[in-house]
Amino acid sequence: MATIKQLSIFVENKDGWLADILEIVAGAGADLRALSIADTKSFGVLHIIVDKPEAAEEALTKAGCIVRENDVLSITVADKPGAFAAALRKLADAGISVEYTYAFVGHEPGQAYVILRVDDNEKAERVLG
Amino acid sequence: MGNYYQAEWETAPVEKMREHQGKLLKEQVAHTYKNVAYYRDLMDKAGVAPEDIQSVDDLHKLPFLTKDDLREAYPYGLLAVPLADCVRIQSTSGTTGRRVVAFYTQNDIDLWDECCARAIVAAGGTKEDVVHVSYGYGLFTGGPGLNGGSHKVGSLTLPMSSGNTERQIQFMTDLGSTILCCTPSYAAFLAESIKEMGLRDKIKLKAGIFGAEAWSEEMRRHIEKELGIRAFDIYGLTEISGPGVSFECEEQTGMHINEDHFIPEIINPNTGEVLPLGEKGELVFTSISKKAFPLLRYRTRDICVLSREKCSCGRTLIKMAKPMGRSDDMLIIRGVNVFPSQIETVLLSSGFEANYQLVVDRVNFSDTLEVKVELTPDMFSDTVSVIESKENEVVHKLKSVLGIQANVTLVAPKSIARSEGKAVRIIDNRAGKI
Repeated sequence: MATIKQLSIFVENKDGWLADILEIVAGAGADLRALSIADTKSFGVLHIIVDKPEAAEEALTKAGCIVRENDVLSITVADKPGAFAAALRKLADAGISVEYTYAFVGHEPGQAYVILRVDDNEKAERVLG
Repeated sequence: MGNYYQAEWETAPVEKMREHQGKLLKEQVAHTYKNVAYYRDLMDKAGVAPEDIQSVDDLHKLPFLTKDDLREAYPYGLLAVPLADCVRIQSTSGTTGRRVVAFYTQNDIDLWDECCARAIVAAGGTKEDVVHVSYGYGLFTGGPGLNGGSHKVGSLTLPMSSGNTERQIQFMTDLGSTILCCTPSYAAFLAESIKEMGLRDKIKLKAGIFGAEAWSEEMRRHIEKELGIRAFDIYGLTEISGPGVSFECEEQTGMHINEDHFIPEIINPNTGEVLPLGEKGELVFTSISKKAFPLLRYRTRDICVLSREKCSCGRTLIKMAKPMGRSDDMLIIRGVNVFPSQIETVLLSSGFEANYQLVVDRVNFSDTLEVKVELTPDMFSDTVSVIESKENEVVHKLKSVLGIQANVTLVAPKSIARSEGKAVRIIDNRAGKI
């Protein structure tokens, strides 16, 4: 488990925007680790985890994007039924609310990675620790 | 008490002003009747003779002129002096229908320049100032008007005209501009650019004189804060001369009308009836001093209120409130009158900047209003619900102010085209749809 930097980018619902943004990220030499999109009927928010968040943020800001960086939790869970549910239950019992979450499969077999945006990172780390 | 350019008229007792107006009005009616066949016909049809006009009290007897009359009489139909006595023309932007052309004698230009000089002095201008004029020069009256006013005051005048923002800012920093004259939307754009270039500490601006388009009190505060200046409103129209028909003083509670040149009236736009002082209606001007293009009872289409309350600046000139909108700009959406200025007020009070666009359309036999506004970095959150609640807040405020539902669309910064002249705020796609 670790606290890592996530970049969130405001996007309009227009054709081609995702390609545009990912090209800017690639242009900054940042490698994409995970990605998630939350959208409404008029706009969306793209969340990305990259290996060089500072470089990506700088390039995106320079290109005129609205970007926000914040800390999220990255946890490893066993790739088996109920593993992530158990972690979420611990957080719920501790009164920590999860704003959003997204998962991706890691390089190591049998492991899955989950990104968690919670209202209290430190407390969540203790609870899950 | 403030500084005046022409104290004799700016602080004249009301009775003296009225007497002066009556005298000039009488002369102007006689001059117009004699030299302008178009208006003579209107007077004849209305059964009014020049002798019927003896004082300002008789003004209401005269027929109105409208923009349609000006188009009808284009180009020379309302000219009242030989063309050889004219030295200049100016023209309106001509976004709708035929252009309107106004003529000036040298004396007309001098009087107009003096009106603009009063505005510059009221904004704190002296001969020590560097007046940066970023209104367009050319047929548009903005540039030439403030340019002439600045010359009268004796300030160093930078005839920048509009456009080329980097050069504007370079001159502003290198030559130490102290008073900026342009449209409010361009002032906001310059402020944004100055901030981005990190030059906020390098500019010496102390005041701005902004006009030629509708802007709200919130927009004023925004520009004042971003540029560290005091922002003054100025009003005018090409038909009546140009900017400087009225101007704001340091009290910033309305614009003093240069009554020794222009007599204002407020009328009911539907009946033409003159309304008592303090009532809201359409502003009508009678130009009593200029000779080449004298307009009597010209309907401006601007909706506003006049006030004669004592002003702390010491001027006795009647004040007009910022126009609530033009009947030309007014949108009728689902039968409801909507002024873009109302929407701007809501957006700025919700923390947005004045970068917005209104898209009106007709879907399933019903009007729709979409308000596109740029999200600011401060408002952005990684959590969608936080942004959505901001969006909903605006929808609710708009509903309570306008009385109709508007869809709010948040767009990326800088995605709404910036204009260097008048902002294109409204896109109406309803034409031809049932």
